[in-house]
Amino acid sequence: MVITSAQVPLWLLPTPTHILKAFWETRQLIWMHTLTTLMETTMGFALAVIFSLITSGVMVLSPWLKRLLYPFLIISQTVPLIAVAPLLILWLGYGLLPKIIIVVIVCYFPVTISLIEGLELSDPDLLNLLRSMGASRWQMFYIVRWPHALPSLFAGLKIAATYSVMGAVIAEWLGSSAGLGVYLTRSSHSFLTDRVFAAIFTITALSFLYYALITILTRLALPWMHNKKRDSLE
Amino acid sequence: MGLSLKGLSKSYSNIQKNQSLEVLHSLDLDVETGSFVSLIGPSGCGKSTICNLLAGIEIPDSGEILLDGEAIQGTSGNFGYMPQKDLLLPWRTLIDNVLIGCEILHREKRKAQVEAKEWLNQFGLSPFSEYYPHQLSGGMRQRGALLRTILFGKKTLLLDEPFGALDALTRQEMQRWLLSIWNRTRHTVLLITHDIDEAILLSDKVIVLSQRPTRIIHEFEIPFPHPRDPDELLLSSVALDFKRQLLHLLIP
Repeated sequence: MVITSAQVPLWLLPTPTHILKAFWETRQLIWMHTLTTLMETTMGFALAVIFSLITSGVMVLSPWLKRLLYPFLIISQTVPLIAVAPLLILWLGYGLLPKIIIVVIVCYFPVTISLIEGLELSDPDLLNLLRSMGASRWQMFYIVRWPHALPSLFAGLKIAATYSVMGAVIAEWLGSSAGLGVYLTRSSHSFLTDRVFAAIFTITALSFLYYALITILTRLALPWMHNKKRDSLE
Repeated sequence: MGLSLKGLSKSYSNIQKNQSLEVLHSLDLDVETGSFVSLIGPSGCGKSTICNLLAGIEIPDSGEILLDGEAIQGTSGNFGYMPQKDLLLPWRTLIDNVLIGCEILHREKRKAQVEAKEWLNQFGLSPFSEYYPHQLSGGMRQRGALLRTILFGKKTLLLDEPFGALDALTRQEMQRWLLSIWNRTRHTVLLITHDIDEAILLSDKVIVLSQRPTRIIHEFEIPFPHPRDPDELLLSSVALDFKRQLLHLLIP
């Protein structure tokens, strides 16, 4: 209403009805692009999690390796993605692989940092208690360190989940044949602003979906955190 | 027989300042099997070092720790060790927490669970066995911690200020309760405390320690027979006399 009465041109700011219409008209196209993006983010996210489980486990068990690997971890986050993405596309083409790699780079850092902190910040008294019982290093890892790390791991996963979609879209922007990023750039180059908005909403919905999924997983994996909200007997 | 420390010494060196801090200097100490002995001393008297040495977390510079005639210094898993903090794992229910020792020792799970349930009942904790630690009161958590210590299955218990973090009333309640448990189990107990009443009420022998480097200033035999009546005992003139002497030694 405001938009129509103020006579803003449609290519500048479309009305909600136009956006909905654009969404409906191109639903098959959007769905196809969404599937591509979904594929990239899911693959990249899963790979990043596997990769960070391995590396943070190794880094926590061996302080020497941690000193060796930690700088690379920081670099993975400080190198500008916008600069690396074109290189990857140059080397690996317009396919899925460069996008997956970029999603991995985006997700790897928050997951690994939170996992390492969770694994390391175990109460020394707790570790001493287990040591006094004659627990092995491995027992201390799975009895104390690992469950202790889960809440911060899931916090990292939430951040990574929302970043992953953004990473994939940016990678698609810079050169791709399919994906929501492609739909977005094509629409904006054609001044089809209503479609740009439709893409934005889809991307947001996708990020939100991932976030919700991780939240549900968190509840399932950490029932004791959820129970905390219940009244204690104190 | 029982637990004895022979000529136990330990110092910590500070490499940066090139100094060495002597905490224990040739400490000798005996705890007979089935007796309840308390160590009491000013803060910074090396109590936690003694604990760490016994628990096998640290290794003495010299001297021996003998448990039933066997040298055990530097090895862990010989005692049921209960630290001041309850250290129950927040992600485990009470029953899974008290079974942690059995898990570490790879004991048969089902048998251990039956045993644990029996004990939880005795400790008045059965209705709470599926509760998480944050849902329990401080006293309950501490009872859970003691149960975890007992279920570790060793004849000798090492209690390091077990009730130090509780409020005064709960602490008294817990002392009485510990006394009744001990009357049934008769573990060999070495209790580290800074509570004079607690030491007199529970112990057969109270050992007073000095400031660093730790030595034994005095040993009191507490002659009251078991089972004891806490209220009568603590207000008796003999106990008050012990208390006076202990206060005099600890706060000269």
